[in-house]
Amino acid sequence: MDPRGVGATHPDYMRAESGVRSWLLTKDHKRIALMFYGAVITFLMLGGIFALILRTELLTPETTIIDPMTYNQMFTLHGVTMVWLFLIPSIPAVFGNFVLPLMLGAKDLAFPRINLASFYVYVASAIIILTAMVLGGADTGWTFYVPYSSTSPTAVTWMGIGIFVNGVSSIMTALNFVVTTHTLRAQGLRWHRLPLFVWAIYGTSIIILFATPVLGLSLLLVAADHGLGLGIFDPRYGGDPVLFQHLFWFYSHPAVYIMILPSFAVISEVVCTFSQRPPASYRAIAYSSLGIAFIGFFTWGHHMFVAGMSEWDAGVFGGLSMFVAIFSAIKVFTWVATLRGGSIAFSTPMLYFLWFLFLFVFGGMTGVAVATQSLDVHWHDGYFVVAHFHFIMVGGALTAFLAAAHYWFPKMFGKLYDERVGLLTSVAVFIGFVFTFLPQFLLGNAGMPRRYYSYPPHFQWLNVLSTGGAWLLGAGLILALINLVVALKWGRRAGPNPWGSRSFEWITSSPPSKHNFDVTPIIERTPYDYHLSEEDARARSRAS
Amino acid sequence: MPVRAVELAEQFETIEKQEHAARLAMWVFLGSETLLFAGLFALYAAYRVMYPADFHQALAHNDTVLGTVNTVVLITSSFTVALAVHYVREDKSRLAALLLGLSVAFGMTFLVVKFVEYADHIHHHALPAGMYTMANAPPAGAVMGQTLYWFMTALHGLHVVAGMIMLGVAAIGCARRRYGRHRFIIVENSGLYWHLVDIVWIFLWPLFYLVK
Ligand code: HEM
Ligand SMILES: [Cu+2]
Repeated sequence: MDPRGVGATHPDYMRAESGVRSWLLTKDHKRIALMFYGAVITFLMLGGIFALILRTELLTPETTIIDPMTYNQMFTLHGVTMVWLFLIPSIPAVFGNFVLPLMLGAKDLAFPRINLASFYVYVASAIIILTAMVLGGADTGWTFYVPYSSTSPTAVTWMGIGIFVNGVSSIMTALNFVVTTHTLRAQGLRWHRLPLFVWAIYGTSIIILFATPVLGLSLLLVAADHGLGLGIFDPRYGGDPVLFQHLFWFYSHPAVYIMILPSFAVISEVVCTFSQRPPASYRAIAYSSLGIAFIGFFTWGHHMFVAGMSEWDAGVFGGLSMFVAIFSAIKVFTWVATLRGGSIAFSTPMLYFLWFLFLFVFGGMTGVAVATQSLDVHWHDGYFVVAHFHFIMVGGALTAFLAAAHYWFPKMFGKLYDERVGLLTSVAVFIGFVFTFLPQFLLGNAGMPRRYYSYPPHFQWLNVLSTGGAWLLGAGLILALINLVVALKWGRRAGPNPWGSRSFEWITSSPPSKHNFDVTPIIERTPYDYHLSEEDARARSRAS
Repeated sequence: MPVRAVELAEQFETIEKQEHAARLAMWVFLGSETLLFAGLFALYAAYRVMYPADFHQALAHNDTVLGTVNTVVLITSSFTVALAVHYVREDKSRLAALLLGLSVAFGMTFLVVKFVEYADHIHHHALPAGMYTMANAPPAGAVMGQTLYWFMTALHGLHVVAGMIMLGVAAIGCARRRYGRHRFIIVENSGLYWHLVDIVWIFLWPLFYLVK
């Protein structure tokens, strides 16, 4: 076998064809993944700029840089950009697209055309959303609560349509992943030999398929209420705004698992690779993803404790929500148990795993707290909630995204990044993060409401801390990006398997050739057979 | 006429796997589509429980005869689609094309009847909430009944149009013998989609025409 990996005899996927057309019309999952990568990072930066403007405004209780109306539009845009243009597509559309077929020993996704189409639908949705922004934005917050959103003078109709189109894109991607996992596994790759990444992406796809249509519908109804005056949720016409909240959160609670399950997917791989051990319990990690996917559909009510809900209902929703915590705890314990006795390498992805663990556990526990009705009544719509969801969504998903960006960098581009700079930026991101969001718990508990332009002067020092943290976080992210971009050009060459992983995507060359493998592999082992030497592991995933 | 070989996409090893993938994709997609309508059915249920008498009033003048005619039209079209799928498998592609064309015509009939109904509603000012022009508008609950009627039937109507396009494409393919025994998955899948459109209507029909 060629030591450079299976498939090294062909030009890699980036050089296989050239010219702009060969990229824009490509049906290669790897190139599509890279196009998503570019788009997703662009929107992360855009959303980040909005965030910095927001935080800078909150440096002082009075007007600092923007007026109140701009502030309202800005936090809506920040939320919309981050949630729909960054968080939801980030890990699945970039890393899922790139490595899932490789992990399955497949030449591509089942429907390459649909894959390409999903990218353009995503771009179209971004264009609609940005156009809406130019047309006056929206000042409703990313949750678009009626009745305000149906009467707001801003461009709510277009925002709603943009997010609807965005949903179409994620449904296309999810459909592709589900069918690919079912039909394109290499010979010998039984379900219980699938990498844990695949399990979690599979679970995510199921949630996307069953939750997104409901979101699409509710935003379409809001757009119709706003644009046509349909009034389905308008009390003037007998409509009930609380019904909108039910529909919205029926999607949006599962959607938080759409954002976090892919992070679990990445983390599971990183933990095993960098401790050179199989997961403490493969099944616990695999099935808990499905458990979370399932329970996620029955917990939406915890967002509506104060919207007029009987105590009995609140108790049921609160109780169900705790179940998610149990499944998540199973994962956390299993990851930690995996480390035990492993030979741990503290490389950049592993450091991000540590941050992830801390932030996710912390944020998760505050989640359990706010899922308790009595406490939620105090914290609802306050900064405590803002801190909670940023801990989970940013602390969880962003650190996992960064872990993935470093972990698969050699596979995607065939180069190694500078490890010292990687570690340094990772620490900067973590410290910046903690300074940004920890003070927000205190602010919230002391009574500062969310989405407010101003606050009493005695809250100022905590806001200053938070804003300083945000700048540091931003700087850390930019540096991490620079480190990777520099490595693209000047990085040392990476072999096919620089981390010594046993997972199947590392069998092929780095970067892979256009069709991933010269010959479809036959897999006769699990992706975590660390008791085998690398040579033996290779032999048991031989080419046919 | 020579039968064209089936195109096997390079990511699949066998035709069977490729067809399995296409079929699975359609079923999963249908499941997803179902949830779109499920949200609307939930809304309908909630509002109906809130305003039982008003809904009664709102839906009273929906023409049961027209609604039922449309139900019969759609069920018949599902039958012709099923026949088309049967015949394309037996390689009788022209017959299949004819049956698919007939199904598209039934779809058209459905839409024409629907437009007759809509025209009548407009004539009677039975419009969605924000568009009421009459001074003495009916009670809020009745208005909501009308709004839901419009939204749900219109969304269903869009699905009818989408289904007609799929069936039309399948019909042209059959007529040109692109589809036959060697390749019928597209015909099958558009048929499945059409059945979904049909089934959704079979739920809408009692809600808006029968349980007044
Ligand atoms: C760069 C670090 C970030 C900072 C400094 C930041 C700051 C903020 C601020 C100040 C708000 C407004 C809170 C309020 O007034 O209620 C906010 C809201 C929000 N942020 Fe972030 N954010 C950051 C990153 C992110 C990321 C990466 C995401 C997505 C994963 C995100 C998702 C949200 C959401 C969903 C809201 C709620 C918007 C709303 O309620 O309308 N943020 N953020
Ligand atoms: Cu929730």
